[in-house]
Amino acid sequence: MDLGINVVEMLIYLVGIIAFAAGNAAYLVWVERKGAAHIQRRTGPKEVGPYGLLQPLADGAKLMSKQLIIPDGVDKPLFMVAPLIAMVPAIMIFVTIPFSDSIIARDINLGLLMIFAFASVNVLALLLGGWASRNKYAVISAARAVSQNVAYEIPMLIIAITIVMVSGSMNLKEIVDFQAGGFWNWNFLPTNGNFLGPITFVLFFICFMAETNRAPFDLGEAESELIAGFHTEYGSMGFGLFFMGEYANIVIGAALTVILFLGGWYCPFGLTDGIWWFLIKMYLLIWTVVLIRWTYPRVTLWSLLNLSWKILIPFSLFNLLASAGLIKILG
Amino acid sequence: MSSQTASQNKEHFEINLGPQHPATHGVLRVKLLMDGEYVVDAEPVLGYIHRMHELMGENRTWAKYLPNMGRLDYLSALSYNLGYVELVEKMAAIEVPERAEYIRVITTEMNRISSHLLWFGAFVLDLGGFTPLLYAFDDREHILDLLESVTGSRLTYCYFRFGGCSNDVEDEFLTGCLTFIKRLRSRMPMYHNLVTKNVILMQRLEGVGPVSAEMCRKYGATGPVLRGSGINYDVRKNEPYSVYPEFDFDVPVYNECDSMARYMVRMDEMDQCMRIIEQAIAKIPEGPVMAAKVPKMIKPAAGDYYHAVEAARGTFAIRAVSEGKNQAYRMKLRSPTFSNLSLFQEASKGMLLADALAFMGSIDLVIPEIDR
Repeated sequence: MDLGINVVEMLIYLVGIIAFAAGNAAYLVWVERKGAAHIQRRTGPKEVGPYGLLQPLADGAKLMSKQLIIPDGVDKPLFMVAPLIAMVPAIMIFVTIPFSDSIIARDINLGLLMIFAFASVNVLALLLGGWASRNKYAVISAARAVSQNVAYEIPMLIIAITIVMVSGSMNLKEIVDFQAGGFWNWNFLPTNGNFLGPITFVLFFICFMAETNRAPFDLGEAESELIAGFHTEYGSMGFGLFFMGEYANIVIGAALTVILFLGGWYCPFGLTDGIWWFLIKMYLLIWTVVLIRWTYPRVTLWSLLNLSWKILIPFSLFNLLASAGLIKILG
Repeated sequence: MSSQTASQNKEHFEINLGPQHPATHGVLRVKLLMDGEYVVDAEPVLGYIHRMHELMGENRTWAKYLPNMGRLDYLSALSYNLGYVELVEKMAAIEVPERAEYIRVITTEMNRISSHLLWFGAFVLDLGGFTPLLYAFDDREHILDLLESVTGSRLTYCYFRFGGCSNDVEDEFLTGCLTFIKRLRSRMPMYHNLVTKNVILMQRLEGVGPVSAEMCRKYGATGPVLRGSGINYDVRKNEPYSVYPEFDFDVPVYNECDSMARYMVRMDEMDQCMRIIEQAIAKIPEGPVMAAKVPKMIKPAAGDYYHAVEAARGTFAIRAVSEGKNQAYRMKLRSPTFSNLSLFQEASKGMLLADALAFMGSIDLVIPEIDR
């Protein structure tokens, strides 16, 4: 009996997560295109459906109906598996994300650790995709993506550890519960006992953009230098999966920022808490990311790495020590 | 040969940048020898869009060669029109009415602004910023509309004639130009706030792509590339033609020799273009726009003729040798971007790939003009 309910619950979550990831990937593209169009004084997609709302479906149908071209001389197994590696960890991560008090597929004690573990798999997909493509642009792009991801995972982890120290748990639900009761309790504000909260938040946000290869840090697919980077040789759904993986990672990054810094599903000012607050905060963050992408030019690889190794990592280490000291003194 | 160098060092690898690559803005191919992210050697390979313009000049009559001038540098076609018609007028001693000269200056300077606007957008696109491109195109669209109302075409203009212009401008065009200048003046601070003062852009451009004055002299670089290297040379000032001496304008010169200097030269040049247009519209006289007597069949006296104008990308010069027939014996087009591109190989050594492409953007290439 109990087992039956479990299986049904599992199936619902499985379908729900995949639908959420795919739906977000599809409609974030629409949001991005409409947003870019608005910023650039264009109309954006408008032909397919009202306000171009069916455009993502048309795009998806087009990608799926295209022939899967495997160029001569590529490493076929790696070439085929790389897009999957880009997509699967993203879906796995959704399992532990608490969208609200009750909506969470698996409440794991080490949820934060699991997210970071799966998030690091993503870089493997870029590396394999670029390496297996037998394309020099793709190889350069893969090398860039790896050095970039390695450089930004470190400060991101250190910042996450700071939050874990402040809230005293690695369970995402407990981290959110720690911030309950109004926005002054959120981790990004100094009123929560952590005086370095705002800086930590900004550092984490920069790392999140760099981790997800978003402009201005989109060196992996710098189209004016490397054509399309690691997915130059991919067409059809191979490209589609890379694309979906990228957007799923943005959703995850924004969701994680909401959980760690912005009080998850809690309302900032005493109204009913619930998943809608989580989604509002998450989409606001994603919108910020879109705005940044369409405003700034791209940095070079060297300045990107310098930013990480010379500024973010020392700063986040200092932040970690300072927060630990404060906790010791105050707590 | 770069392939020999490649065999000497196993770590180096070759990349064919182009002929189809987003950063080359056309069918330019650059053979890059790379050491990881660093450029060891960059060899431009030309000829993908070669159309034998010079040979055409030797086989067509003087008048029939005129439309070719719109197809060299399609972004500032009127400067090329101007260079050619002034050359032929010099050869055949045709007097141009005052009003026609003013119209030529106004339209050419409008065309220069549109060319610089497009370069601005495409250059920021090379650096990864997409939005300024569309803002610049928005402004450029107004220029194209205005020029279309006068010349009948939007890109490959063929408006000037030996002895004047094909038709007179209307007052709506002149007031339209003033309205546009007002609009662009109000938009320039936005461009500077959005792009010029952007931290990432400054980081990308300052100190990147050094081109010394000596290197410019060695390769014959002209235009904004030269003026970004601290040399004050502008054909409009140094070898004045048309009615340019009557206008008060400055030649922007920057001494930094980097991509930022070239960027600033072009941005400041747009301001100066607007000054020239305003003065020209204020002073434009009434009168005919075509010379009273232009021979049907032009047969210039035998001789060797040369004329240079300042196009948007540098000095465009034509040398024509006439034998007194109705077509040239020799037609030589000096294209500014060909010389400007020549210094790419030397200047880009040791650069990062991303910086090399930013540098290539800053010298503002138009490929059909390089290949001719």
